[in-house]
Amino acid sequence: MRFMLLQNYGEVESHCRPMSEWAPEDITAHIEFQHALNRELVERGELVDAQGLSGPERAKFVVSGGVGAPVITDGPFPESKELLAGYRIVDVESAERAIEIAAQASAAPGPEGVPIRQPIEVREVMSAPDPEM
Amino acid sequence: MTSASATPGGGTPGGGTPGDGTRGDGTPGSGTTGGSGDATTDLLRQLAPRALGAIARRYRDFAGAEDAVQEALVAAAASWPTKGRPDDPLAWLVRVAGRRMSDQNRQDSARSRREDLAASWSLRPVDPAPGRDDSLILLFLCCHPSLTGASAIALTLRAVGGLTTREIAAAFLVPEATMAQRISRAKAKVKASGEPFQLPPPDEHQARLRSVLHVLYLVFNEGYATSNGADLARADLSGEAIRLTRGVRASLPEDPEVAGLLALMLLTDARRGARTTADGELVPLQEQDRTRWNQALIAEGISLLGHPLVGEYQVQAAIGAVHDQAERYGDTDWREIVALYDLLEAMTANPVVTLNAAVAAAMADGPAAGLARLEGLDQRLGDHHRLHAVRAHLLEMAGDRTKAMAEFRAAAGRTSNLREQRYLTTKAARLTDENS
Repeated sequence: MRFMLLQNYGEVESHCRPMSEWAPEDITAHIEFQHALNRELVERGELVDAQGLSGPERAKFVVSGGVGAPVITDGPFPESKELLAGYRIVDVESAERAIEIAAQASAAPGPEGVPIRQPIEVREVMSAPDPEM
Repeated sequence: MTSASATPGGGTPGGGTPGDGTRGDGTPGSGTTGGSGDATTDLLRQLAPRALGAIARRYRDFAGAEDAVQEALVAAAASWPTKGRPDDPLAWLVRVAGRRMSDQNRQDSARSRREDLAASWSLRPVDPAPGRDDSLILLFLCCHPSLTGASAIALTLRAVGGLTTREIAAAFLVPEATMAQRISRAKAKVKASGEPFQLPPPDEHQARLRSVLHVLYLVFNEGYATSNGADLARADLSGEAIRLTRGVRASLPEDPEVAGLLALMLLTDARRGARTTADGELVPLQEQDRTRWNQALIAEGISLLGHPLVGEYQVQAAIGAVHDQAERYGDTDWREIVALYDLLEAMTANPVVTLNAAVAAAMADGPAAGLARLEGLDQRLGDHHRLHAVRAHLLEMAGDRTKAMAEFRAAAGRTSNLREQRYLTTKAARLTDENS
């Protein structure tokens, strides 16, 4: 079963400060945590893909303009809470395992190593159909 | 690194992002075997389990032998097409893999490990006769009960099927590094189980064979349920499952469930050509062009069925045979199918079988008979998309369009399957149109 684990720029349970205000060593620890989690998922044979997305400053919204040119809105977006920050795709044995990984990811460390408890959205990826429907 | 550090400014802690470039570099799509090396590839696939059997037997180390043989296969695939095939290809593979094993064991010994093993293998004479059951023993190891389905599938395809990690990764659309780890963990588990390289004891034989057949069935389904993007690679998996099951049948010609599984695969695979449109959309059974079904596979599948039917695969295959023998959808012997599902239900107590039986009952005796069989399934199946889908179809048959539409919508929202979702949404939309 494949799941996409998504994280947004939204509020986090621990109400910690924005990353730009963290001590450098806390940022390093946070990034190393993400790397270590990815390595662990590769070692377990579960990681399909993991990507971080560039920030809301570089985001664009595009809407078809019908026959005319598309309408493009450039960032930065002050209301960026809804924007996706990054995702992992994992190929696991069960939904329970996907939730376990999400819980691990949610516990990424923030300032002074305190887990930031960021909400992780867990979505099953559409798969192939059953042989005989 | 760059992705995570590129989220400063107003970024909340959410800026720490998962991507870090450790993604494996397996590139799906290039993995299927094909082109000019086909003859070599086919030969290597056949020889792979025999070479592995010989090495595993000699060195008593399945995991190490599997690595060594894989390296020998890669070396052969690289050199044979250009430098020519050796006179005795199997001996060549065994020699090259054996050399790797010895090198590896020497290195390990240097780290003062495995002295006991080194002593034992240096004293053991080379087994001159390739074990007739080697492929079967390998399957029992690869489908060890300690492994999960996904791990057993990957290990089976590599060790017995002779596929490379890259090919398996491409077939399952995961990075090569991830698949390599999945296989290596599976081997470590088999090793930890301490199982010797021999057939399981008679009292465990049936249960272990069930695991093997289940894994082969899963491989077949992976290939049959073709997925977006890599249809060709996945279609190959069905062929691989059939090939491996034929191998098991050669070793166990008397086993009815082995024959039943092979029959089920053949009778299902016979419909492959009619099952999808050129665009890859599913064609339901009732709309398939039956002239495109493969009659040779159907005949072979039917010839494998026993009288009476023994075991689940036999019964499932028999259901497939009833469909395959109907020249037109309207000719389908639904009463026979209901009887077979009832038999299967008694064997398995599986609620999904009950669901299928309900569809067949509706076809044989009308929608009310089908709907009656759905009673109580909510408790057994839960809020399952297939229950909603079946109920929707039966309600539509019964002429209750409003309820049918609601059920189609409920099913569409719950399926984890893109084509099914598309199909169910379209059904709901058509009913909405007709109702308005």
